Amino acid sequence: MASDGPALQLSGVTRRFGNRWVLRGINFDAEAGHAVALMGRNGSGKTTLLRVISTLLRPTKGRGRIFGHELVSEAHEIREFTGYLGHHAGIYDDLTAEENLRFSLRMAGLADRDSDIARVLTEVDLLDDRYSRVRGFSAGMRRRLALGRLLLRPPKLLLLDEPYASFDQPGIDFVNRFARRIADEGGIVIIATHDLARAAATVDRVVHIEDGRLLEGTSPELSPDEHVAREVP
Amino acid sequence: MSWRREWSRIRAIVWKDLTAERRTKANFNAVLFFAVLTLMLFGFAFGPDTETTRSAAAGIIWLTILFAGVLSFNRSYEQELEGGSLDALLLYPGERRSIFIGKLLANLGFVLLVEGIMVPAAGLLYQLPLGRAPGRIALVLLLGSIGFVTLGTFYAAMASRVRAREVLLPLLLFPMLIPLLLGAVQSTAALLGGDLMGNAGSWIRLLVVFDVIFIAVCLLAFDHVIEE
Amino acid sequence: MRVRSASPPRLPKWVSVFGAVSVILLITSQALALFGTPPDRDMGETMKILYVHVPSAWIAFLAFGTVAFGSVMYLWKRDLRFDVFAAAAAELGTVLIALTIVQGSIWARPTWGVWWTWDPRLTTTAIMLLVYAGYLALRSFTDDEERRARWSAAVGIIGAINVPIVWYSVKWWRTIHQVQSTTESVDDIFLAAFLLNLATFTLFFVYLLLTRFHVAQLERAADARLEERAIGGVIHV
Repeated sequence: MASDGPALQLSGVTRRFGNRWVLRGINFDAEAGHAVALMGRNGSGKTTLLRVISTLLRPTKGRGRIFGHELVSEAHEIREFTGYLGHHAGIYDDLTAEENLRFSLRMAGLADRDSDIARVLTEVDLLDDRYSRVRGFSAGMRRRLALGRLLLRPPKLLLLDEPYASFDQPGIDFVNRFARRIADEGGIVIIATHDLARAAATVDRVVHIEDGRLLEGTSPELSPDEHVAREVP
Repeated sequence: MSWRREWSRIRAIVWKDLTAERRTKANFNAVLFFAVLTLMLFGFAFGPDTETTRSAAAGIIWLTILFAGVLSFNRSYEQELEGGSLDALLLYPGERRSIFIGKLLANLGFVLLVEGIMVPAAGLLYQLPLGRAPGRIALVLLLGSIGFVTLGTFYAAMASRVRAREVLLPLLLFPMLIPLLLGAVQSTAALLGGDLMGNAGSWIRLLVVFDVIFIAVCLLAFDHVIEE
Repeated sequence: MRVRSASPPRLPKWVSVFGAVSVILLITSQALALFGTPPDRDMGETMKILYVHVPSAWIAFLAFGTVAFGSVMYLWKRDLRFDVFAAAAAELGTVLIALTIVQGSIWARPTWGVWWTWDPRLTTTAIMLLVYAGYLALRSFTDDEERRARWSAAVGIIGAINVPIVWYSVKWWRTIHQVQSTTESVDDIFLAAFLLNLATFTLFFVYLLLTRFHVAQLERAADARLEERAIGGVIHV
């Protein structure tokens, strides 16, 4: 496959909500095989940026190109290989864990094989709760189920918004292993987090978003205080 | 786009919506009781003379369907908004229209089920000769419900996501339903009265035209409306 | 419309002149119609309200045609100016439709003795009023500009599609409205007065629409300046 530049390119991406400019002219490149930590305070635009990249939101202005597809006009193509774990688990309380996964497979147009469902539930340690309704699940269990949904259809572009919330250490390790695997297989991973310590070992690069603008960080090995932020040219 | 994949997605949505509904039953019961309540209220408002209520029965039945049914459309989207699953739905590969078709079919099933209980109840309350033309009355109920649910599912995609959704949905939906209301009420009334003038047929044709036009239009417009 | 960061767009001179001319023409044509034509054989002087009522109804529906057009253009080109244009037309149309209904009611009273009849034209007009009231309500509840434009476009187009369906269904349902005077059965002087007023009302409507659109563009220019401060650079609206 001919590569004309980085696998993910955003130029001039701007997004407003009413009178608020949440993203202001974002230019961002990411190479295939890389994991990037996206850091920023609440309200800095992290989530909005992820939502734009995932095609959930259209940018008010600007363009993007992901793995050869245009961000806006070929959004449906991008969805074929994108996985997104957001603040909300996005699962149905009145269905069981198994039914949620089955629904996900069918919505993705995949065969809903019991073996796949069982395998994924085992990986996220929910096999015992397979036939229980999600309504009774704890926050951690819900997040694990949402993660399981991603495992059913491993993406090439993985977007994680505060993925470490509600997870204990094994859960955090699991998320990081999964993210690293996707990156190593040639995908792109973007982890939005305010907690760099958890992501440091997994990512190759750190960027900061502040007030809707993107700033490049330095090496992830440095502690957050040692980061020198400079404007992305 | 592959038809088979889309059909599988549609079936998945119908299954999911109806299963979730079946598990709680709260909504169905509430809407059904509200429908019966409305029927009784109309009876109190227009009665007690049997002749008066019987001649108004077709209108009463259809207004009850509208008032009760409109309560169920926003709920179809609210279950997605509560858990943040609308995002997940929109992120799956494939046609977003399939989400519309799936929800439309699930809502249609719900509404038809309510009617299946409510219309015989109306027959009892108002002493209606439902047996006169049961097949064609059922056809009118089906065609009217299809148009109603199509537009209701479409407008609820917007109304459920803004303020004042309880009043905005009827405000947007009901003016659009007037031709359907006329067609459904006129044909139902004609069929209940023996259809001496043979009018029912033309009104039923109007319902078919209405349904076809608005199913097509809503399918075309849904993508623009469901995005964030 | 180009917006430079220094000055807001000004209403082009020709629009103001056009407006003044159209108002003069409107007043003239109304005066001619009211005082220059003989009373109707059957209806007498009350018929003269039709010189206002029919053109009002005409431009009300012209307004909604404009909404449909603007909506389609927005969905096609995704240029927010089309949405602004459609919304301006919808506002005008709603006011005009309300006026038309009131006039129709005023005419109905001496003619048929009732304030309201369920005839096709009046009823369809009332329904369109409700459809566009819903359109405006939806807009007022939707804050995001782009979403508001998309949703309004969908509602506007679907509402417009319903007009002929409503018309035919109400017509089958009830027809007691006076059959519209066709050109064959109307004396030349009546016809001339009608067409003249139709034309002047249309011109006046265009002026109102342009002005309302201009106001909306001013609002957007103000927004654009906020955007410039936020992002930097000159913004073209």
